[in-house]
Amino acid sequence: MTPEMKGFLLLSILKMLFVFTVVMVGVALLTLMERKVSAWMQNRIGPNRVGPGGLLQPAADGLKNILKEETFPSAANPVLFILAPALAFIPALLLSGVIPFAAPLPVDFDFTLPALGRFVHHGPMPMVVADVPVGFLFVIAISSLGVYGIALAGWSSNSKYSLLGGLRASAQLISYEVALGLSLIPVLLLTGDVSFSKIIAAQQEGLWLAFPLTVAFFVFLVSGFAETNRLPFDLPEAESELVAGYHSEYSAMKFSMFFIAEYANIVTVSAMVTTIFFGGWDIPFVAIGAAKPWALVTLAPGPVATLLSGIVFFAKLMFWIFFVMWIRWTLPRFRYDQLMALGWKFMMPVTLGYIMVVCVALYLAELAGVRQALLLHLALTGVSLACAVALFFVVDRGLIVSGSVARRARRVPRRPPPLTASS
Amino acid sequence: MAIGVKVLHRPESQVSYVRAALKGMALTFKHMFEKRVTMQYPEEKSTDGAHGMGAWSLTPRWRGTHRMLTDEQGRSKCVACGLCPQICPANCIKLVPGEDEEGNRYPLIYEIDEFRCVFCGYCQEVCPEEAIHVGVHYENAEYDRGRFVYDLERLSAQTHPVSSLWDPSDPRGE
Repeated sequence: MTPEMKGFLLLSILKMLFVFTVVMVGVALLTLMERKVSAWMQNRIGPNRVGPGGLLQPAADGLKNILKEETFPSAANPVLFILAPALAFIPALLLSGVIPFAAPLPVDFDFTLPALGRFVHHGPMPMVVADVPVGFLFVIAISSLGVYGIALAGWSSNSKYSLLGGLRASAQLISYEVALGLSLIPVLLLTGDVSFSKIIAAQQEGLWLAFPLTVAFFVFLVSGFAETNRLPFDLPEAESELVAGYHSEYSAMKFSMFFIAEYANIVTVSAMVTTIFFGGWDIPFVAIGAAKPWALVTLAPGPVATLLSGIVFFAKLMFWIFFVMWIRWTLPRFRYDQLMALGWKFMMPVTLGYIMVVCVALYLAELAGVRQALLLHLALTGVSLACAVALFFVVDRGLIVSGSVARRARRVPRRPPPLTASS
Repeated sequence: MAIGVKVLHRPESQVSYVRAALKGMALTFKHMFEKRVTMQYPEEKSTDGAHGMGAWSLTPRWRGTHRMLTDEQGRSKCVACGLCPQICPANCIKLVPGEDEEGNRYPLIYEIDEFRCVFCGYCQEVCPEEAIHVGVHYENAEYDRGRFVYDLERLSAQTHPVSSLWDPSDPRGE
């Protein structure tokens, strides 16, 4: 092993430890945040008994979950029943490794350890565990694996409620995976790359992609909610109809694993929204290293820039996590047919149409000779905002999700069968 | 007191989900900064007057565990007339009357089984001496079932406020 590889390995291990710790502690604190946010929205106080302001509540919950009895249904499939929580948990955590959380940090060292030999690293270190060139394709691939955990949990429990939850989860994830993948195609068209670092770089040259690609952003956000099984898409859990859905039969730490997976998925989706549509660690009006059209301040790459961009990234991330909770405590759950209609009849055609709009706009820009990213993004913002307003405020009349009354009005009354002479 | 019923006229079709969702989100966000309604129970109590007669105090009509009122000499006001055990629908009052040298009747034994009591408040209504009352009180936990039979001494020692029973002929207590 060359000294350079050893240096890379050392830094990667350090980043892994950092990201893993932050995500696990963060997920624990998110359970507290969820309860606090829900309490505030209902004019309550929320947990405030354990520790200052209830800050130790997650620790108390964890301790309780470890000490609880592990129930094991006698009719359950033993291997899959135990495997399912892990299968839900691992993809959720795996994804935290590919999200860049700060500006690259120049790291230079060259030292020798007694038994391990020489470690060398020169140049900027990307602040991401694995800066995979396949970027969001990796995220889409791995996040889909999470459904195995849920579907297997539902099936292996050998309980009708669990099975229904698992079936719903698989149907829902397959449906929304389509819209999720399609909503990222405009990003690909505009930035020409799937890697997160390149997407962030493209956003630094122009605008945050939520502006030029408003409709894609909206579709991605909604599909993201569906992928995390959060309200208004929590049909796999649906406690009012399916007891607790796919994890009805789970208790103690195995149940906790599903919970951790859910919150880790929230973190991932929020991080994806932040990175792809809200500039990632990009600080508005501040250029770090590379040139930026409307920068007021320029920071040299270094610890200060990395720290500041990291703080900005976490602020954006927290906003989107809060947004997920905000939605959860506002909207009621969809009915199953509404869920399917939204996914297949609305989101997919809209995204396909939007891809065409973006293609045409980019082609026209090419013909007009618009080369500068900022100008292109501003022009696309106009087109997208027009699309979004048309879609959500003018055309949308019972189109996206309609209540049962609207369905009744639309239904064609069936004529009674004609009477025949013999009857 | 007439109860105002708020009737919501919801549009039944042609509704924009996005706009409705945004409206709902504005509402929940507004609620985040409103006054909290939680009462921190063991620290604050609805009978200790911290909230005044506000939203979280017990109504004065509340019928809780009993209290026997006493006169200036500290003796119970009860004259052992026997009306309360007579009217008690749960048959939870045990009264053994006694008589002193001057011919005044007093209770030798006066016990209320709070487990059998249905807290109807008839005993208070029927009492000619305004001696027995139902109380505005709700913390009654004990370690022993036997402790729920309150004797005269215990009933007299209670200090919590007593109920002002609801009078059907004067429904607003005027």
